[in-house]
Amino acid sequence: MATAPELLPYHQIREDLFRPLSRVSRRYLFVTLIAFIVGTAGLVAWGFQLRRGMGVTGLQRPVFWGVYIVDFVFWIGISHAGTLISAILRLTDAAWRKPVTRAAEAITVFALMIGAMFPIIHLGRAWLFYWLLPYPNSRLIWPNFRSPLLWDLTAIVTYVTGSIIYLYLPLIPDLAQLAAHNTPWRRRLYRALALGWTGSDREWHALERAMKLMACIILAVAVSVHTVVAWDFAMAVAPMWHSTIFGPYFVTGAIFSGIAALVLAMAIIRKVLRLEVYLTKHHFDRLAKLLLLMSLLWLYFTLAENLTVWYGNDPKEMAVFGARTRAHYAPYFWTMMFLNFAVPFVLLGIRRLRTITSATVASVSVLIGMWLERFVIVVPTLANPRLSSASSFYTPTWIEAAITAATFAAMAMLYMIFAKLFPIIAVWEFKPHPQEDD
Amino acid sequence: MEHRWGMAIDLDRCTGCEACVVACHAENNLPVSTPEQAAQGRTAHWIRVDRYYEGEFPDVKVKHMPVLCQHCDDAPCEPVCPVYATYHNAEGLNVQVYNRCVGTFYCANNCPYTVRYFNWFAPEWPEPLPLQHNPDVAVRPAGVMEKCTFCIQRIKRTKENAAQEGRPLADGDVLPACVQSCPAEAMVFGDLNDPESKVSRLAQHGRASRLLEELGTKPKVFYLQKVK
Repeated sequence: MATAPELLPYHQIREDLFRPLSRVSRRYLFVTLIAFIVGTAGLVAWGFQLRRGMGVTGLQRPVFWGVYIVDFVFWIGISHAGTLISAILRLTDAAWRKPVTRAAEAITVFALMIGAMFPIIHLGRAWLFYWLLPYPNSRLIWPNFRSPLLWDLTAIVTYVTGSIIYLYLPLIPDLAQLAAHNTPWRRRLYRALALGWTGSDREWHALERAMKLMACIILAVAVSVHTVVAWDFAMAVAPMWHSTIFGPYFVTGAIFSGIAALVLAMAIIRKVLRLEVYLTKHHFDRLAKLLLLMSLLWLYFTLAENLTVWYGNDPKEMAVFGARTRAHYAPYFWTMMFLNFAVPFVLLGIRRLRTITSATVASVSVLIGMWLERFVIVVPTLANPRLSSASSFYTPTWIEAAITAATFAAMAMLYMIFAKLFPIIAVWEFKPHPQEDD
Repeated sequence: MEHRWGMAIDLDRCTGCEACVVACHAENNLPVSTPEQAAQGRTAHWIRVDRYYEGEFPDVKVKHMPVLCQHCDDAPCEPVCPVYATYHNAEGLNVQVYNRCVGTFYCANNCPYTVRYFNWFAPEWPEPLPLQHNPDVAVRPAGVMEKCTFCIQRIKRTKENAAQEGRPLADGDVLPACVQSCPAEAMVFGDLNDPESKVSRLAQHGRASRLLEELGTKPKVFYLQKVK
C-alpha cells in the first residue's frame, strides 16, 4: 500500500512536482516531435481540403455530417473530464481530488480548443467562419440566433473562457512559488502570470471564494454546453435525432468519456513523471468506480433511446434502427456496446480485477467506444432519410482520418508542453497550512 | 403578399422521362457529374425522379415521382441556418443566397425531402456545355449549398415583361424550365393566391396530396395521384 501523498513532508512534495518542469528528456523530445509531425500532416490535409473543396472527404448527399462532427462531439465530450469532475469534487470537498484536479482541468481546456476547431474544419467555406459571429458588419446581417449552431457557438465560447479561468485560478499560488527560484525567462513568465501573488490572508480568501464561485458556474456551463451540442441533432426533424432525451444522454456520454480521458492521462503522467506516490491505486479506484457508474448510466440511456424506438416501430425510425443494429452500421453499434459496457463492467465491476492497469484498459476501451457512439448517432440517421430513395452509405477518406489523427497528436503535444511549463499536480494544495509562509 | 407560387405534379401523367431534370440542368447552370461522382453520391439535380415499385416480378408497376424543393411555408431548413443564407421571401419562395452561405450543411440535414445539393468542388462542365450557360443564373462556387429556386429568374423576367407591357400577370405566364419541358404536361406552375389559377384548382383536387405532409412543413408542391 502506497503512502498517501498528504503524509509526505511538504518540501519533498514541492521537489517532486516541480522536478518535471526543469528536465527535458530525449524521450520527451522524440514524442513531441512525432506529435508535431502527425499534427502537421493533419494541417496539410486540411490545406488540401480548403484548396480542393469538401469533396475530398467521404461526405455525400444525404450524409452531410460525418467524421468531423463525430470528432467535434467527441472532443467536446472529453472536455467534460475536467471541469465537471474537478468542479464536483471541489464543491463536495472530496479530499482525494487534490492530485487529480489540475490534470483534469488542463484536459478540458485543450480538448475544447481542439473540439471547437471542427465546426470550422467542417465548413464548406471555412474562411468565412467569422460570419457566424455577432458583430456590426458591412454585410448588415446579424447571425440567426434561432439556429442551434449559434447556441453552440455561444455555449462553447463561454465554456472555453470559463474553463481557462477555472484552470488559471488554482495555478496562481503555484506560479508565485515557481517565480521564486527558476531560470530567468521562466521567472519572467511565472511572475507575469502570478499577478503579484504574495500569499496574504486576503488573497487566499479571495482565491478560495473565486474558485468556489467558478466551480458553480462551470458546472452549469458544462451541462449546458453538451446539451446544446445534443440539440444540434435533436432540433432537426431527422429520424432518431429528434429525441427528447438527447440533452441528458449526451451530457452523460460526455462525462463518461471525460472520466476515461482523465484516467488515461493520469496513468500516463504517473508512469512518465514517476508520480506513483501521488497518483495512487486509491485515486484510480475512486475514478474507476465513477467510470463504472457512468457506464451503467450510459447503458440506461442507450436502452431507453433504442428500446422505445424499436417498440414504437415507426418505419422511418426503424430504417435507422435497422441500419444501426442489423445492417451496414451494426459492427459499429455492437463494438460500441462491447467497449462501453461489457469491458468496463467486467474489468471495473469485479473488485479483484479493478487495478490501475485494468482501469487504464477500460478507459481506452471507453474512449474508442464513445467515439463509435457518436458515429452511430450521427451517420445512420443521415444515411437513411425520410425519402428512402435518397438513402446512401458513408465511408470516410484518408483526409478525414489524417485530420482526426492530427487532433489526437495536438492533444498530446499541448498536454506535454503544459506539463513542462506548469506542475500537472497542484502543489500548494498539499501545503498543510496554505496561508503560512514556507 | 402579392403572389404565392406553387406547383402541381400529376403523377398519373408522369412517365419518368427526366426531361425536367435535363431542362433544369440547362436552365440553372447545374454542373454535370461523371459516373464516378454519381457513384459517390455527388450528383446535383435540383429536380430528381424517384422511382417506387409496386407488386412482385413480373407483375411490377413503377411509379415515378419528380422531387424538387417543396418550398415549404414552414421550411425546416430555414431556422437552422446560422447566417440567414436560406430564408422565406415575400412571395413564399424558399430562397438560397449563395453569397451568404458558409456551408454548415445544417439545412440539408434538416430537409426531410433531401432536395438540397452541395458544391463539393468548383463546378466543371465538359466542352461545349460552358457555351450554353444561362446568363441569368449565377454559377455557384465550391462550398455552398444550392437547390431548386422555382426558376426565380424566370419569375422576375416575366413580371418585368408584364410590367413593361402594362398588363397584370396572367395564369400560366411563368413557366419554370421543368414545367415548360414536360412532354406529358404533368407539371403545372402558378399563383396559389389566385383561387382561379390552374394550380390552385389542382391543389383542391381530390387526388391532390403533399409529400410528408404529416411533418407540418406545409409544402407548396402538390402531387396528384389516384388512390386505390
